Amino acid sequence: MARLDPQRLKAAALSLLLLALLLGIWHAATLPKPGAGGGELTPEQIEYAKLLGKDPGADARKSDGFPTLAQMAETVQRNLSRPFYDNGPNDKGIGIQLAYSLARVAAGFSIAALVAIPLGFVIGMSPLLYRALDPFIQVFKPVSPLAWMPLALYTIKDSSISSVFVIFICSLWPMLINTAFGVASVRREWLAVARTLELRPLRLAFEVILPAAAPTILTGMRISMGIAWLVIVAAEMLVGGTGIGYFVWNEWNNLSLTNVIFAILVIGVVGMVLDAIFRRLQRAVTYVE
Amino acid sequence: MSSERARPFLQVQNLTKRFDGAAEPVFEAVNFSIRRGEFVCIIGHSGCGKTTILNVLAGLDQASEGTVIMDGREVAGPSLERGVVFQGHALMPWLSVRQNIAFAVRSKWPNWSRAQVDAHVQRHVEMVGLTAAIDKKPAQLSGGMKQRVGIARAFAIQPKMLLLDEPFGALDALTRGTIQDELLKICAATQQTVFMITHDVDEAILLADTILLMSNGPRARIAEIVRNPLPRSRQRATLHHEPLFYPVRNYLVDFLVGRAATLAHGRAPEHPPEVTPGVDSEPESGRSAPAISFQRAAAAAAAPSIH
Repeated sequence: MARLDPQRLKAAALSLLLLALLLGIWHAATLPKPGAGGGELTPEQIEYAKLLGKDPGADARKSDGFPTLAQMAETVQRNLSRPFYDNGPNDKGIGIQLAYSLARVAAGFSIAALVAIPLGFVIGMSPLLYRALDPFIQVFKPVSPLAWMPLALYTIKDSSISSVFVIFICSLWPMLINTAFGVASVRREWLAVARTLELRPLRLAFEVILPAAAPTILTGMRISMGIAWLVIVAAEMLVGGTGIGYFVWNEWNNLSLTNVIFAILVIGVVGMVLDAIFRRLQRAVTYVE
Repeated sequence: MSSERARPFLQVQNLTKRFDGAAEPVFEAVNFSIRRGEFVCIIGHSGCGKTTILNVLAGLDQASEGTVIMDGREVAGPSLERGVVFQGHALMPWLSVRQNIAFAVRSKWPNWSRAQVDAHVQRHVEMVGLTAAIDKKPAQLSGGMKQRVGIARAFAIQPKMLLLDEPFGALDALTRGTIQDELLKICAATQQTVFMITHDVDEAILLADTILLMSNGPRARIAEIVRNPLPRSRQRATLHHEPLFYPVRNYLVDFLVGRAATLAHGRAPEHPPEVTPGVDSEPESGRSAPAISFQRAAAAAAAPSIH
């Protein structure tokens, strides 16, 4: 890490340059236009506006709609300085909202892993079960997890648990399929070695099949986590109440685009961190043949 | 010696393998036996079922007919009594050399302490000369080193019998020679009973006390049992100076080039004759009378003329 790879330095410099360019375009696009603002208004119009109790200058600033860089920076600073405040149902800090979302994802994902990995093991070991369950997997896998939401709301009758259920459903398939595939494609030679060593089923499962299939299983978990983080935003927009998805929706209703943009950045960064964690885990169990 | 022969260590009787949907069995009526401490090589063309026979001996595969009896008991499944060295080394790539061998050792002696296991592992790693690489992963080793680990793993469980499926097939000639020498030394020291598949005639002459010649499939059989007349002290470096080396070698090559094919489709005898090339007969003159079973040898000699 400490070694300075010139190729990497160049890439980093280019990234920074692109960022600067992007911010520059944003800045240029949101500059108050000299001809478009309050200057156009005739004195009569200004007076009329004042009579209606509006501040014509403020109107000019808002007319373009899209926030400026300065407004954005101010929002970021405000959100980050108090991430955990709680002023009632519709006004919570970004940290609290994130914690709700992460907790739901963690719950749904963990339950899915507890179901998918053992089940995938069994399916991978038994060609009969593989074939028997394949139609179900093929039918339910392409269903958008949000389509389960009404059913979940009707049966569970709790919006928060329903979004956990939706995360469970969407995390299930990649883990299930990858585990089954990884277990089914363990090299026959290793199984033969295990048989000649008279391994008991538990040792066979944990010391041969699990490490052999671990890279494939981890790939499935990584895909699942990616999907879960995509879906939680949409699910929380639907069910409302708490979470980063609800935060986005709420700020849209408040017409606070800076907060929406800030939320987008936060969702992106958290997603990146989650993916990095699973990449790390994946690398830890990957072996070279 | 004669009592050993009366009750051989391993006895293969009437072994037949028929794959689903195939009109003819790959091999049929395969009969041979192995004495305790004997090194047996089996030679034959691809597709005659050598690996299947080895897998049946290992208990990994089941024959359609026939029985295998080892040390008085029928082979019914895989067992720690038979160590297998696989063609493609079959090491667990996520384990180091030490862990790979320890994995096998713990299977054989589950109650051993960590220190006991490790000492045992180290002894066997040293035996194949890999002490310097003991904590490396298989991917960091050369092909020859990997195969050595496979051999060490098989020896480490101290099996009654060692089964080697063409273990040196993928190695270059130089590496192969070194490992052959090592295997010879270890087998001599441990009095290991070995059954090995090979395609290399010279390897068979160097390593084996007995060479089983297999006719081509389908309906392959063990066509002849060749007793190696070369002294057991034979070495790779001086092998080709042994006066009997070339008679034996020519005999084996002649079989592979000519008779292996003509003896296909079950034309080989059910009970193969024993021959000792260069000693009891001249291979060119029809190999008239091996001492042990005169009629069978005559039948075998007559077989090619049917064609």
